[in-house]
Amino acid sequence: MSLVQNFPFFSIIIAMFSGILSSVLDGKKARNLSVAAILLTTVMSVFVLGFCLDTGQSYTYMMGHFPAPWGNEIRAGVLEGLTAVLFGLVMFFSVTGGMSHTSVDVEESKQNLFYIMIDLMLSSLLALIYTNDLFTAYVFVEINTIAGCGLIMIRQVGRSLSSAIRYMIMSQLGSGLFLIGLSLLYDVTGHLLMSPAGEAVKAIEAAGSYEVPMLVIMAVISVGLAIKSGLYPFHYWIPDTYGYATPAASAILSGLVSKGYIFLLIKIFYRVLGRENVIASQMVNVLFVFGLAGMMMGSFHAILEKDTRRMIAYSSVAQIGYIYMGIGLGTQAGMVAAVFHMFTHSATKALLFISAVGLYEVSGNKKDYKSLRGAGYRNPLAGIGFAVGSLSMVGFPMLAGFISKLLFATSALQSPHKMLPTVIALAISTILNAVYFLRLMITLYSIPESKEEQVDVDRASERPAKSSRKLELAVVSFILLNLVLGLYSQPIVAAIGSGLMMFD
Amino acid sequence: MSRRRDDYEQSWWKGFKEWVDGAVDPLASGIEIQIPEKEQRDKEMVHPGDFGQTQQSLYDGRGLWYFRRFYQVMSVFLCLSIIFVLLWTVSYLPAFGNAGNPDNNEVSARYIEQGLKETGAVNIVTGMILDYRAFDTFGESCVLFIASCCVLVLLRIDAEDKDAMAKGKSKKRMAEANDRIFEPKNDIILQKCACVLVPLILVFGIYIVLNGHLSPGGGFSGGAVLGSGLILYLNAFGFKKTERFFTEKVYRRVTLSALTFYCLAKSYSFFTGANHLESGIPLGTPGAILSSGLILPLNICVGMVVACTMYAFYTLFRKGGM
Repeated sequence: MSLVQNFPFFSIIIAMFSGILSSVLDGKKARNLSVAAILLTTVMSVFVLGFCLDTGQSYTYMMGHFPAPWGNEIRAGVLEGLTAVLFGLVMFFSVTGGMSHTSVDVEESKQNLFYIMIDLMLSSLLALIYTNDLFTAYVFVEINTIAGCGLIMIRQVGRSLSSAIRYMIMSQLGSGLFLIGLSLLYDVTGHLLMSPAGEAVKAIEAAGSYEVPMLVIMAVISVGLAIKSGLYPFHYWIPDTYGYATPAASAILSGLVSKGYIFLLIKIFYRVLGRENVIASQMVNVLFVFGLAGMMMGSFHAILEKDTRRMIAYSSVAQIGYIYMGIGLGTQAGMVAAVFHMFTHSATKALLFISAVGLYEVSGNKKDYKSLRGAGYRNPLAGIGFAVGSLSMVGFPMLAGFISKLLFATSALQSPHKMLPTVIALAISTILNAVYFLRLMITLYSIPESKEEQVDVDRASERPAKSSRKLELAVVSFILLNLVLGLYSQPIVAAIGSGLMMFD
Repeated sequence: MSRRRDDYEQSWWKGFKEWVDGAVDPLASGIEIQIPEKEQRDKEMVHPGDFGQTQQSLYDGRGLWYFRRFYQVMSVFLCLSIIFVLLWTVSYLPAFGNAGNPDNNEVSARYIEQGLKETGAVNIVTGMILDYRAFDTFGESCVLFIASCCVLVLLRIDAEDKDAMAKGKSKKRMAEANDRIFEPKNDIILQKCACVLVPLILVFGIYIVLNGHLSPGGGFSGGAVLGSGLILYLNAFGFKKTERFFTEKVYRRVTLSALTFYCLAKSYSFFTGANHLESGIPLGTPGAILSSGLILPLNICVGMVVACTMYAFYTLFRKGGM
């Protein structure tokens, strides 16, 4: 076994260990440690990805001295490596971009606690990506939930506490359903590791026994993870949560946390429940319908919203809807599109949140549309970042969003029964996206009309609210990431396809 | 310069422009609560005589009432239907304790037959959670760790916050936070009972932790016993006495060293295991207290983390600090 194959395990442990160490460090050291850990794990993930692309196959890694059905196991393949790289990059830029705000929003003595949450969030995301064991997945879902709560409530102003409570209740509901699903699954298969459990499920389906429990298991696991990732009817925790947390936390929560659960769901669909069984049980159709509903309703809510960050949050609801719609198509192409959109959305939404911060800084930190008038001139880079993010969400060519919309549309053509609703929903949702994003763009690039508004704004921008270098760097890197996803999509899509093949 | 249209005030363009500026609120008549202007508020102020009328008008808007009732009925209905579905599912599951069940497979067979030989632990459950599936257990300890961090975020009040002290109002806040002054001090009955019970509880807790690999028990249960012993001591003798040996610094150091040891020890074991190397950790004679390799020290670590977390939760909820 080569050294590279140890890297998934190393990256999980390094993230956890830096979290543990941070408990005795002061804020600044904890921050540096956290940034170093994120960088190191990302580099390791790059090596893992390279290794898997080279060998062209996935491998499992024993966590201990006992092989598969007895001991814990993790697994790495092309898709795992790719997701880990992308999540690592998004996390790194979100943390660095929001850093100056973190130090203001979070009490001095609690800074290290914030970075403990970041570290453990990273470790849990990596573990959710790499795990090959259902119970390990559950444990890290727990860590993820608690860390998410901590990230939201650490700001302790306004509605962040109530939104943290809301998040916790909804998330625990999701975890509870997921746990019920896992225990039922264990009861009928007798395995917790994904590969043997998948074999057992195949045998069960072939024998035709346990029909009702299998259906309930699929439903409970899908619904549990859908609640946690914020699919449409369960989305009420999203706007407050993303709207009131500190910027770095908003970017991470919207860009990564919900995606971690979706990745886990896809993995369980492929490796445990079996894709054919899930399609045969009509579960995908349920996800499809709610995905379509989410695409519409999320955009409607976003149009009605006045607070910019809440608007971006509602746009997340719509984008999560896209992802579930892709899963719901039930074809390989749909799944590839869903995974690609997952990447698109995490890169773009984090960009939007981080550049929105840059725009607030020069507008007196007010969040309504009015005070943002002309903010695009006052902070040009953040304005450009926001424009790129918006255009990508709308689906402008060259940017990531265009490719994912293209993939959704082409994959819809391959599934005859779902073609029409998908294409119509895509069209309507794109128009709605354009309505609210372009409205904001117009506001950003129009000159304040009345004199007193101008004075207000001038006073606001006189404050020391200089956009930090880190924020600029983060915005530029996110834009580049978006362009890479948009312009070099071919190899990425191919890698996603081959990664999904390895899941079987 | 172009001329404004005469009907500009009513035109669509103006409406659109206002909407873009955020000047009009599409929800204005709906959900959001509008604060009326001052004069209007005075006009609408309820006079004592109007009370009955106001109440009447409140109940006239029965929409909200119906909505709430509908909400309650639907939530009960949903819960009942979920309960029904789950119970219905349970009736299809394999019967409990049946030898032919799917979970009586090679996995549990190996745990039972080879567990003692492979892990050296007489208590198979401990062998499972700390050796076969040690990664999950490490995750669980981290759940405890991060949960206590979250409580710290929420409840810790920093006494040395000089700026807040200067603001004056902090004194009252401090007094409220520091409710040890309201404690029932020197309750003789409690103190005498605690004198007898606390040593017993602590010794029993240590016994459970140390014998985790030999008899029922282990880090989680023993740690809980230890933590409750500490809490009893605290209640009987007050914060002053416990602070002689248990402060936040101690808490941090204990948690840090326990989790660090766990992390390093298990990393070594995972690494050697995955790379098919000999770990070189002797398993000892099964049944002896010093046996079963890493399980004993890991149990001690888990026990310390659990005890500290329980005690920390108690003190944080009690007075916002340790």
